[in-house]
Amino acid sequence: MSTGKARTSLLHTGLMHLALIAYTALCLAPVVLVVINSMKSRAAIFSAPMALPGPKTFDLIGFTTVITQGNFAGYFSNSLIVTGTSIVAVLLFGAMAAFALSEYRFRGNTLMGLYLALGIMIPIRLGTIAILNIMVATRLVNTHLGLILVYTAQGLPLAIFILSEFMRQVSADLKNAARIDGLSEYAIFFKLVLPLTRPAIATVAVFTMIPIWNDLWFPLILAPGEATKTVTLGAQSFIGQYVTNWNAVLAALTLAILPVLILYLAFSQQLIRGLTAGAVK
Amino acid sequence: MSDVEMSDDEIAARPPRRWHIAVFLAPAVAVYTALMIIPLIDTLRLSLFTTIDNHSVFNGFANFVMLFTDGRWSNTFWNALGNNMVFFLIHMSIQNPVGIALAAMLSVPRLRGRTFYRTAIFMPTMLSFVIVGFVWKLILSPIWGVAPSILNAIGLKFLFGPWLGQESTALVTLSLISVWQFVGIPMMLIYAALLAIPEEVIEAAELDGITGVGQFFKIKLPLVLPTVGIVSILTFVGNFNAFDLIYTAQGALAGPNFSTDLLGTYLYRTFFGFQLQLGDQNMGATIATMMFLIILTGVMIYLFAVQTRMRRYQL
Repeated sequence: MSTGKARTSLLHTGLMHLALIAYTALCLAPVVLVVINSMKSRAAIFSAPMALPGPKTFDLIGFTTVITQGNFAGYFSNSLIVTGTSIVAVLLFGAMAAFALSEYRFRGNTLMGLYLALGIMIPIRLGTIAILNIMVATRLVNTHLGLILVYTAQGLPLAIFILSEFMRQVSADLKNAARIDGLSEYAIFFKLVLPLTRPAIATVAVFTMIPIWNDLWFPLILAPGEATKTVTLGAQSFIGQYVTNWNAVLAALTLAILPVLILYLAFSQQLIRGLTAGAVK
Repeated sequence: MSDVEMSDDEIAARPPRRWHIAVFLAPAVAVYTALMIIPLIDTLRLSLFTTIDNHSVFNGFANFVMLFTDGRWSNTFWNALGNNMVFFLIHMSIQNPVGIALAAMLSVPRLRGRTFYRTAIFMPTMLSFVIVGFVWKLILSPIWGVAPSILNAIGLKFLFGPWLGQESTALVTLSLISVWQFVGIPMMLIYAALLAIPEEVIEAAELDGITGVGQFFKIKLPLVLPTVGIVSILTFVGNFNAFDLIYTAQGALAGPNFSTDLLGTYLYRTFFGFQLQLGDQNMGATIATMMFLIILTGVMIYLFAVQTRMRRYQL
């Protein structure tokens, strides 16, 4: 009886691993296929797409084309500037607002919270037409600042929502002790509450970063100029232009994938902990 | 307690305005209001106007009447809306069940390699639509021939066709690509919800002889239904403002023959113009307003109907 049970559970586990391995392969294979073929000669890409690059087929012609013809270094720095500044703005402004909402009782507190939460469900894209009009009127089209402002507005609602949940958990005794010691409300926020909520801030940073780095819509509409193109838009237009040059397309895709992949592997535990907050301890 | 009373006295003594609250709120409220709320309201307003000789003229609901009834607009609009429904239904019927199944397997206690599976399956979610769109476009390309040779290896070569190039299959193919990318989100959220189920509940079920698959469907799934609700509304909002994947894989014209046109791509073409048609800000705003109303309706249904019913279910 018991051996029979053990055998079925072993069978179950085996089947489960089989299903999970198959699905994992489906997730990884497309990316692996692109990366290995980006390092092969054109002939090898077509004759043996599944093979790893060997001494005979190894060829970096695609990368040479991308680096000489494209402006990927510029695109990367644009993406870094836009994403980096937006994250700092979202975290700072978001944490400040979250502190105000969670710490003080004032008239309209709940209403303000609801107002700021609207943006979690209503996508900012729906206001694009008016946003473009504002950017044209203030001459912020084709600037980093224009994108940064839009992404800050986009990131704030969720950041405020998550951070105010966390700030409610900071001990009131600690803050009151600081008040008795004569610390100003600003000092309490910057020196006490902000350091204590660092894990939550890191999680919000990762959540905020991904949609900004990957966005195509706003760069396409607000900053399509060569000087302000982000990596996502740059890769999109480069590939569109070189669509028949398979080496260049595969190399451009690989260059766009690798930084995201490296960052993801570095931060995946942080991200997963954030997504499963409370459940995984 | 005496502390609180003391500070109450202090509040009464000093001027009632607590400026620091305004200072803390000001930057966030300013940016959010200027670039999110005002543009949204202004877009809704623009949908009620039309432009004649560079002047904005109030037009009532004429733009909406035109969008629904004038053949030049309505055919494309209903087509995009229908495609968007199909796009959403494919997500709901495939992404969520697959996500639940993966979460159920990952939440089995003492599973080896859990972290690896989790990290790998969530990876596509991190990539941009641009990368995902092009990667699948290359793989499904009949020129490269990777997809037919893989299908050949498992004896299914007869199934292969130029899926992204055929009117009959392009929309389904793109929906499945999007599902491939986003399965990680339902998987993660439901996985977290499954881990949060109290031990006692599971133990009580086991004492009653409810184990394995039966336990999952009778005990665990009902308990994680609120999370399934959240995933569904996130999917709905995401699907009804989708744009990037279609634009990357099929271009602004959402080919072949508009068979993959969604509201997002239709909005883009209307606003910016394409081929011989000039961009039209007011009709663009009208489509954006329709998207707003659709998303708002979805969110309302979720908040009122689903949430209240689920709360009752939980108790």
